[in-house]
Amino acid sequence: MSENRLEVRKTYKLLMNGAFPRSESGRTYEVVDAEGTFIANVAQASRKDLRDAVVAARAAQAKWWSQSAYNRGQVIYRLAEMAESRHDEIAEAVEVCEGVKSKEARKSVSRGIDRMVWYAGWTDKITQVFGGANPVAGPFFNFSLPVPSGVVAAIAHPALSFEGIIDMVFGPVAAGNAVVLLASTERPIPAVLLGEMSAVSDFPGGVLNILTGQVEELAPVMASHEDIDGFDVGHAPEAERAALISASAGSIKRVFEGHGNDEATAMRRMRTFIETSTVWHTKGQ
Amino acid sequence: MLRLVTPESSGIQIPVRKNLPVFLTESGLRTELKKLSGVDAVGAEARVAKLSTRSLKKETKKSAINLAISMVDLTTLEGADTAGRVSSLCSKALRPDANDLTAPSVAAVCVYPDMVATARGVIGTSSVQVASVATAFPSGRASLAVKLLDTKEAVDAGADEIDMVIDRGAFLSGNLFKVYEEIVAVKEACGSAHLKVILETGELVTYDNVRRASWLAMLGGADFIKTSTGKVGVNATLPVALVMLEAVRDFAEEYGEVVGVKVAGGIRTTKDALKYLVVVNETVGATWLTPDYFRFGASSLLNDLLLQRSKQQTGNYARPDRFSGD
Repeated sequence: MSENRLEVRKTYKLLMNGAFPRSESGRTYEVVDAEGTFIANVAQASRKDLRDAVVAARAAQAKWWSQSAYNRGQVIYRLAEMAESRHDEIAEAVEVCEGVKSKEARKSVSRGIDRMVWYAGWTDKITQVFGGANPVAGPFFNFSLPVPSGVVAAIAHPALSFEGIIDMVFGPVAAGNAVVLLASTERPIPAVLLGEMSAVSDFPGGVLNILTGQVEELAPVMASHEDIDGFDVGHAPEAERAALISASAGSIKRVFEGHGNDEATAMRRMRTFIETSTVWHTKGQ
Repeated sequence: MLRLVTPESSGIQIPVRKNLPVFLTESGLRTELKKLSGVDAVGAEARVAKLSTRSLKKETKKSAINLAISMVDLTTLEGADTAGRVSSLCSKALRPDANDLTAPSVAAVCVYPDMVATARGVIGTSSVQVASVATAFPSGRASLAVKLLDTKEAVDAGADEIDMVIDRGAFLSGNLFKVYEEIVAVKEACGSAHLKVILETGELVTYDNVRRASWLAMLGGADFIKTSTGKVGVNATLPVALVMLEAVRDFAEEYGEVVGVKVAGGIRTTKDALKYLVVVNETVGATWLTPDYFRFGASSLLNDLLLQRSKQQTGNYARPDRFSGD
């Protein structure tokens, strides 16, 4: 029986507002493996898809931030659980897309999942670490509280298809932002899998939006879009980075250019996508 | 002048509108309405679905957005309305985009009767009209005397336009003459103010009823027929707008009177608004593509129009909170 089955081929779609639409443009492009063999058709997002994703992200961000920090951590941890149970599937995708050995792919996925757990722990510690009580010359308490920037756009690591996107997604998300990620053009499938898992992890739809498509088409729109508050360009093509940063200035975005995956870079990224709100309160007698 | 004879409305004088027949009895009115053909519901829905696929681009889109802005009746009809809120709404009506003075003013502001004086104070003598709902809006459940007083107070406070609601209970129970009489009486109470008659199509159930109610309202002297109050579950829809526009077109052919159409409730995006403009253009033609004959009753629509206008002008997607909330 099994030899006579029709192949069930998968078309990888966008993740937007908790749903999996095709591109409004109807476009797809072919993704090939490291040897150039066809793997799958993937939706090719247009700037209108990006616009719609930003609308969804904006609406979801308020909901996400209104949940308790503890709850946000639980949701991210739940996604790590989902990823762990689909470890083999993700590793296989990483192996095919990146052309690495199976063992390497598995290690890379494990590192990514561990990293997710690390961010799950951060949600209720950001306020302690990045906020604080300020000494002031008067009978007042003065607190600095970190609040999320809002909607953060990110351009994925072009090569590290799973491990490489964890920081840029969960750093801002742990801090209470909603994210629109443009997955690696050449190796988008592990990112799409992550998106599929996020849909069963209690994220309010729209906190995490994953687009697949061309960097040169979408990155400039991300930079000029006024309703995007932060932009992670660390993995944007070297030649275009300066132009993207300068276009981001038009709407006073917070821009992050770091590209390591070490802890210091991760902390700097989180700090980039939070604002500081200062509260004064009179001291009691 | 003619006189109506039923007990409730006795003594009310009908200003005979040029070209319009006057009905003094139920049977005459029924005969008139019987000549209306039924609406092909499937055809109407298919037609608007087809028209909705039209895409406006570039310069056409720019001018359509400007036209749509100039057609907005910027509305606040909340129990929580305050003088401050109405004043800021009026300022926004006069100058919708504080950063871009080339954005046109809207057609009118639409408020409750007790807010008319406040609105008039801010609007002054500018081209923006002050519209007021009246006649026990939104349900229309009050005696004719109360409805007329409601109307008169709004007109006296300076309203240029009155949005009245029809008595849906009477209409649905077949008491068409009562509906007609009320419209005639309110039109009279409006004096020189324009009368918009709200059919509340969401409660009329069928397209046939919408067509009949449209005709009835126009016979009664409506200057505009309006879809909805915005206070019930089903608001303006494209097929209903099509049916009303066809009624308006047929009425103009029959009696030579051009009546406007106002769609209200649930229209929040530029995309929706442009679909309505396409349907207007394809059904009744360019004569109606002016704020004198077509309006959008809306509040949040205006911000989306401004957002898309800004996108067309700068090439960048703008931030929604660039524009004020009310």
